[in-house]
Amino acid sequence: MAQPMGFFTDTTVCIGCKACEVACKEWNQLPARNGGIGTLSGDSYDNTRHLDGIHWRHVKFIEQFSPDRRDGRWLMMSDVCKHCVRAGCMEVCPTGAIIRTEFDTVVIQSDACNGCRDCIAACPFGVIDINPVSGTAQKCTLCYDRMKVGLEPACAKACPTQSINFGPIADLKKLAQARLGQLEQGGERRAHLYGADETMLGGLNSFYLLVDKPEVYGLPPDPRLPSRNLKSSALWSTLGAVALAILGVFSFRERGARDV
Amino acid sequence: MYPRSMADSDCIVIQGSNMAECHPVAFRWPMQAKLKGAKLIHVDPRFTRTSAVADIHAPIRAGSDVAFLGGLIHYVLESERWKGDPFFKEFVVNYTNAAMIVGDALKDTEDADGVFSGLMQYAPGIKEWPLDGFVGQYDTRTWQYAESPARPRATPPPAGPPFDPLVRSLLTPPPRRDETLQHTRTVFQIVKRHFSRYTPEMVERVTGCPKETFLQVAETILANSGRDRTTSFAYAVAWTQHTNGPQTIGCCALLQLLLGNIGRPGAGVMALRGHASIQGSTDVPTLYHSIHGYMNHPSALKRHDSLRDWLLTETTPRGYWANTPKFMVSYLKSMYGAAATKENDFGYDWHPRIIGDHSHLPMFVAMNEGRVKGLLCIGQNPATSLNASVERKGLARLEWLVVKDNWLTETATFWQNSPEIKSGQLRSQDIRTEVFFFPAAQVAEYDGSFTNTQRMLQWHFKAANPPGDCRTDLWFTHQLARRLKQMYAHSTLPRDEGFKHLVWEYDSDDPHERERGEPDAHKILKEINGYYTDQPDRHLAGFGDLKDDGSTTCASWIYCGVFPSPDRNLAARRQPDAPNTPGAQLEWGWAWPANRRILYNRASADLRGRPWSERKKWVWWDGVKWTGHDVPDFAPTKAPLSKAAPNAIGLDALSGSDPFIMKPDGVGWLYVPTGLVDGPLPAHYEPAESPVANPLYRQQSSPVLKYWALDGNQLAPRGDPRFPYIITTYRLTEHYLAGAMSRWNPWLTELQPEFFVEISPELAAEKGIGNTDWITVSTPRGRIRGKALVTRRMRPFTIAGRTVHQVGMPFHWGYQGLITGDAGNELTALVGDPNVSIHEGKAFVCNVEKT
Repeated sequence: MAQPMGFFTDTTVCIGCKACEVACKEWNQLPARNGGIGTLSGDSYDNTRHLDGIHWRHVKFIEQFSPDRRDGRWLMMSDVCKHCVRAGCMEVCPTGAIIRTEFDTVVIQSDACNGCRDCIAACPFGVIDINPVSGTAQKCTLCYDRMKVGLEPACAKACPTQSINFGPIADLKKLAQARLGQLEQGGERRAHLYGADETMLGGLNSFYLLVDKPEVYGLPPDPRLPSRNLKSSALWSTLGAVALAILGVFSFRERGARDV
Repeated sequence: MYPRSMADSDCIVIQGSNMAECHPVAFRWPMQAKLKGAKLIHVDPRFTRTSAVADIHAPIRAGSDVAFLGGLIHYVLESERWKGDPFFKEFVVNYTNAAMIVGDALKDTEDADGVFSGLMQYAPGIKEWPLDGFVGQYDTRTWQYAESPARPRATPPPAGPPFDPLVRSLLTPPPRRDETLQHTRTVFQIVKRHFSRYTPEMVERVTGCPKETFLQVAETILANSGRDRTTSFAYAVAWTQHTNGPQTIGCCALLQLLLGNIGRPGAGVMALRGHASIQGSTDVPTLYHSIHGYMNHPSALKRHDSLRDWLLTETTPRGYWANTPKFMVSYLKSMYGAAATKENDFGYDWHPRIIGDHSHLPMFVAMNEGRVKGLLCIGQNPATSLNASVERKGLARLEWLVVKDNWLTETATFWQNSPEIKSGQLRSQDIRTEVFFFPAAQVAEYDGSFTNTQRMLQWHFKAANPPGDCRTDLWFTHQLARRLKQMYAHSTLPRDEGFKHLVWEYDSDDPHERERGEPDAHKILKEINGYYTDQPDRHLAGFGDLKDDGSTTCASWIYCGVFPSPDRNLAARRQPDAPNTPGAQLEWGWAWPANRRILYNRASADLRGRPWSERKKWVWWDGVKWTGHDVPDFAPTKAPLSKAAPNAIGLDALSGSDPFIMKPDGVGWLYVPTGLVDGPLPAHYEPAESPVANPLYRQQSSPVLKYWALDGNQLAPRGDPRFPYIITTYRLTEHYLAGAMSRWNPWLTELQPEFFVEISPELAAEKGIGNTDWITVSTPRGRIRGKALVTRRMRPFTIAGRTVHQVGMPFHWGYQGLITGDAGNELTALVGDPNVSIHEGKAFVCNVEKT
């Protein structure tokens, strides 16, 4: 197996140019929503709004300004599938269409997907949706086809400011730590890494450097797998069954008594 | 400087540009500098995607850049650090014209109530072309250095070749200097007095930038300039599209010279130019007023009657421009080939001459007057351009119009679906203009070169045939020239001589391309590079080889050297430097002149030719010759302390410590005695339309700006209550210019689907406007509708004590394409700068109402 590969997205150098969104669509031949004809969202410069089956990269814009403008930030973040080491979508896929590749990335095989939508609900980041062209669930493949021939993913290639870094996870972690250290040294106390260690779903193979709470970027602070409910739901199911059984026993006993 | 050099900066000031959004690829270099610890400053009316990654955002209202820069100059000159550090003194005394003494007839804005001496009524040009548009003009004689008579002293000899005696006859005594800078009429003292009123308080009053933010900017720049640190500035069209654009850029150059930030790595003034080859379009010019290599176009209004007269008018005897006769004769040989001889002035008389300002604005005024018969419109979309309605009315008065583009632009369909047609103001059947549309090939469909903003030529290769009838721009020009030559072949009119003798031999040798009628791009590159007239296969290796006797043929002297032999097209090189080595990537493409990457790089070494510091090492003297990371921009073996030769011409007239070899005095100009028509120093004037009175001078706007009074081009008077807000226009990353190339691409249109206008929540509240509400924006020229984008990234300014709202809008929309919307340029005016005739599209006034 090749070494685990992924993205480190440094949001502090993102300029919101959306080159990643366009490069992704061009390489993967994804259509525009409604043929490209839309209305102004009014939400800063974000008009595609979220990741889905035809938007595998999405740049978020967060405006933070005090009324007197003394404090002002315009945060930008290019969002993408996190390629979780423990991936919820894989866990729930009934057909085995979602696989882990030799690069430790998570890929949906379109030909094996039956469009059941289980993975859409299972993803804690809201990454996956149905691509209306194929009728199957789709998301970022980390450009599996490009990686197989030694090319970097299209978005990372197009990023002009090295906000999207692609490479072996081990190298990316070192890079991220160094950048974090640099920012902290420069007095930026809000900077932190999101998903860079194993505590979050075993580690995100696409992790981020953020300068605010994850919720500000629309990211869950503590993403969980669908299987988190297994123990409790199993317990409750068992208890329910026992209760039903007891109820049944009682009701049958009484009926039996009456019959006699 | 060039974009890559910005990675070597310790501080980068972006002003007059939204670099992250409009030059995102070049913006990688400022970001690399930032990652190395450099400070990034953005000075702009809006908080943009550039401001988002900057360390400091300094807000200023649109149209107040000179006041901000003037404030920086004042701050620097008064600072203890500048006065105390010997580096600044050494740089300014030796490498700038600070020590020159100016004639005593000069009256500065301080003496002449906000204008300079020499202001007079404009005397219109000739009756055939009274369209230059000036509202006034300056006699510039009083701006000159002391004791440098305007007229040559010697009687000029007859024409050459050789032309050296003629150049020598132009010599005048060198200007007087005072290296102590104490004389009251030294440039230094004049500059100091001129900017004395640009105090931090005044900056706040004029620009609306809080004083503490301004001081933070000033201190950061000063702390990052000097022997061991450099600061760079970057600007784009938000500095040029004003009635005082060149003065703003000059003001920045003045500041950078004072700080020793020119000719050094990570220093300078980065002019961010527009699309892929806009630099190339001025080098090998589509400009009306110059011929190749920035030589002035022969004009009927100047003393240009013969080649000799042209040379006497256009040549400066000192500095590299003393070689002008070589450039000009080689150019004429390229135009007229064997027909150009010494006896007929190398065909000079056949060359067309201009009769006034034929740039975009007056041409469309002329169209409205019915003076223009036809227009070839290639890579332009005037139907959504400046004061678009006036431009469309001009188009409607043409006999014929050729549009060559990738898509049916608004210009191609103006007769069918323009706002005038929809409103009933014009009827299609009444428009006599015959419109021809030529579908154009895309850049990957032919061979050719780009010249980018760093003057670098990069060859691009044909990847595929264009679809259908699409043809390249080369094909179009080539076929047009061939057909015109056929038409004129049997003419006996003297005016057609030029066309008959014009050399045009670019047919492709490739049978397939020949059949398609495509020319050979390499043959064109060869013509531009130049060759020995008698041995056309021997290419010129550089402009040092040019001769003034017709033995060399070269279309553009500045490009000479890009194609030094038939098998070496240096623009096609793609060899990067080894990683982590200091260098200028000299094997990647080819930059004019002579593959130099940083111009005037002699200034990166001190007087004795030693690097100013180890960290800022670039070009230096090794004891025998100049060497370094770049191609030295200097005579290769001229010793650093060598003296100028008395009564010499050309580079011999400059000393070993005169880095600015294109300048007649070899130094950078803080003060501009010659070359600008609106003043030797920058002064803050209000835009032609402004809600406020000029807080700095009694003179409101530039006294010599260009304005054309015609129907539909009214200006709002100062402080007009009907139009109380300042408005500026700009681009978004997601779209390209007027949208002709981007509003057809669904991947781009979904990213920015609708025309919008950005306003602050304060203005929105005043006007009862909600986010995404439809609003109407109006100026005296027109009204348009768009959606409001209400955001705190916009802010009201306090100018001279009162609140002034700033409005902003992108100008990408029009009535053709996948997504359509009103064009921002329906609101702009035909009013422009007196030096270069660019329009004022970045600052004017408007009203905003909820629709």
